[in-house]
Amino acid sequence: MDIKEYKDIYVFCEEKDGAINDASLELLGEARRLVENRPQLGYKVIGVAIGNLDEDLINEIGYHGADKIIWLYNKDINHYSTEIFTTLFVDEVIKKDKPDIVLIPATVMGRDLAPRIAARCDTGLTADATKLEFDPENENSSLLYVTRPAFGGNLFGTIVNETKRPQMTTIRPGVMEKLPKDASRQFEIDKREVSIVNINDPVKLVEVLPRDHMAVDITKADIIISGGRGIGDNFHILEECAKMIGAEVGASRGAVDKGYIAKDHQVGQTGKTVRPKVYIACGISGAVQHLAGMEKSDFIIAINKDPDAPIFSVANIGFVGDALEIVPLITEEIKKYRERPY
Amino acid sequence: MNILVLLKQVPDTTEMQIDKETGTLIRTGVPTITNPDDLAGFEMALRIKDEKNAKVTCLTMGPPQAKSMLRELYAMGADECILVSDPKFGGADTWATSNTLAAVIKTLDYDLIIAGRQAIDGDTAQVGPQTAEKLGIPQITYVDDILEITDEKIKVKKALENSYEVLECPLPALITTLSTIATPRYMSVKGISHAFEKDIKVVTFNDIDIDPSIIGLKGSPTKVKKTFTKEAHKNSDVLELDPKTTARKIVETLIDFKFIGK
Ligand SMILES: Cc1cc2nc3c(=O)[nH]c(=O)nc-3n(C[C@H](O)[C@H](O)[C@H](O)COP(=O)(O)OP(=O)(O)OC[C@H]3O[C@@H](n4cnc5c(N)ncnc54)[C@H](O)[C@@H]3O)c2cc1C
Ligand SMILES: Cc1cc2nc3c(=O)[nH]c(=O)nc-3n(C[C@H](O)[C@H](O)[C@H](O)COP(=O)(O)OP(=O)(O)OC[C@H]3O[C@@H](n4cnc5c(N)ncnc54)[C@H](O)[C@@H]3O)c2cc1C
Repeated sequence: MDIKEYKDIYVFCEEKDGAINDASLELLGEARRLVENRPQLGYKVIGVAIGNLDEDLINEIGYHGADKIIWLYNKDINHYSTEIFTTLFVDEVIKKDKPDIVLIPATVMGRDLAPRIAARCDTGLTADATKLEFDPENENSSLLYVTRPAFGGNLFGTIVNETKRPQMTTIRPGVMEKLPKDASRQFEIDKREVSIVNINDPVKLVEVLPRDHMAVDITKADIIISGGRGIGDNFHILEECAKMIGAEVGASRGAVDKGYIAKDHQVGQTGKTVRPKVYIACGISGAVQHLAGMEKSDFIIAINKDPDAPIFSVANIGFVGDALEIVPLITEEIKKYRERPY
Repeated sequence: MNILVLLKQVPDTTEMQIDKETGTLIRTGVPTITNPDDLAGFEMALRIKDEKNAKVTCLTMGPPQAKSMLRELYAMGADECILVSDPKFGGADTWATSNTLAAVIKTLDYDLIIAGRQAIDGDTAQVGPQTAEKLGIPQITYVDDILEITDEKIKVKKALENSYEVLECPLPALITTLSTIATPRYMSVKGISHAFEKDIKVVTFNDIDIDPSIIGLKGSPTKVKKTFTKEAHKNSDVLELDPKTTARKIVETLIDFKFIGK
């Protein structure tokens, strides 16, 4: 393998629910930042999309930072298939175009696809990156330094792949910043009609079950905003805030016993043990049985009227105040942040 | 039916402490456990065995200490346990790990391979799919339930971000399971006494046919340049501010720590 033949940054763009998902747009933003910080490489950002997609979606990829979009098109590709996507990405992109770097969002789809592609090309794959930079010690190098958490977030490692190409990485959604949409950007669309007659994916989709079928599973959430008896029957305030943040709603047993919210949401000794990145406790006193279920959270924010509430003893930051007033203001602030112009 | 379960012995990361002086992980004295996703997958294998008389084989690659995990798996109901262990395999990244696992698996009979979705130490979720690719068999990741299994095919429920998919696939195939798929059973008293009579088969480098340049630390394309721990957080600033400033501070904290993106 001649490493010098490989160039540019390729971003796999995932379609989800009729749009290119944010996780992919964030990677386009990050790829732009990388190439612009090292102009001497002369690298381009190339988006890769697969399937029978709307032309509008392909344009979105350009509006968010791609110089070129390779669109592997076949009218019969209407949902994700591990085998079809792997084969097309390897045969039609990696073998033909020789990318130096391939970025894939660490979504359920990305984490199914990326290891399969990397194994087929016999290259390294770094998982769940939270930070990317080019070799800080050599300004002409395109060696990617990839930082990622391991050991349940207790340790971070910086990983490199010096010997194989492409350098492949998956990146956690929500970590990188997408660029604002710019409909005046210039980009090229390289639409390639691909054949799938010789690709057999034995996995067949039988049906899709919508979210309504799912019980809440707060243990998987990265952010939990939890309420106690201090919230009373105003849990809708927390739900609105959770939606805006991208969080799940948790609760104390005090609130569950009062019937303010379903038992699925209960955190604590007789509820669920959670360990999110952020736990926001609102109007929860902090009884030991509650703390048992959440004190291992990476970062704890508490809001309580009572400055002596025991919840403050486990919080990283505590705020004395009325949660009913503060929570809607958080929702508003986040809304503003998300809509801010650049 | 032959079911092969891939399991990894891991440090209990919830018990992990950081040495504040050196900023490194304190690994000594940290209890080891069977990776939770794998143990849940193993329980599913045992349930299939209870119903259909399958043979359940457990396979792990790791240092000799991993035998303690395999004894427990025998006590829970495994039929055969294999330890792949050789200093030459050590320090492998996920690519080298899957090359080794696949080389061993090729010498075994299997209809279904169950791996965990993700190991709690390395945390990559890559070994399952990479092993399937090396074996040339189909995969279904993020499996939250097995709905049906026959000698010919499997039907499962896969968890996506905000929906489920029901997928069907002929065997042989590899699935990766979530820890929520099943609550593992306890070891039985009878099982524990049998566990010590059973043999753990040890596979070393010389027992398999593999190119030494694709295994272990040396064969791994990804290299860890450096490791560091996150800053220990300060305990408890309790602030009393007006509601608007409070809200703004909370949102700034979420953004500064990159807990939320745009
Ligand atoms: C065997 C056993 C098991 C248990 N298991 C669990 C469990 O799994 N989970 C659990 O949570 N509990 C559990 N408990 C119950 C636990 O002991 C507490 O009773 C419970 O956690 C209290 O809930 P709370 O904090 O919501 O209510 P309270 O203790 O009544 O606290 C309400 C708090 O809200 C504050 N407040 C009021 N109004 C506002 C406002 N507007 N803004 C801000 N703050 C306000 C108050 O200052 C107070 O601190 C268990 C108890 C037992 C005995
Ligand atoms: C800080 C740090 C960062 C790392 N980052 C990367 C990286 O980005 N890319 C990379 O390729 N490697 C990386 N590694 C190496 C990686 O952790 C090892 O290769 C590890 O042995 C397997 O990866 P995992 O723990 O992530 O397993 P996962 O891929 O998360 O495991 C998934 C499943 O595969 C099965 N499995 C995994 N390992 C074994 C085994 N030894 N025996 C039997 N079954 C097994 C289990 O069923 C498990 O549930 C890193 C290591 C460290 C210390």
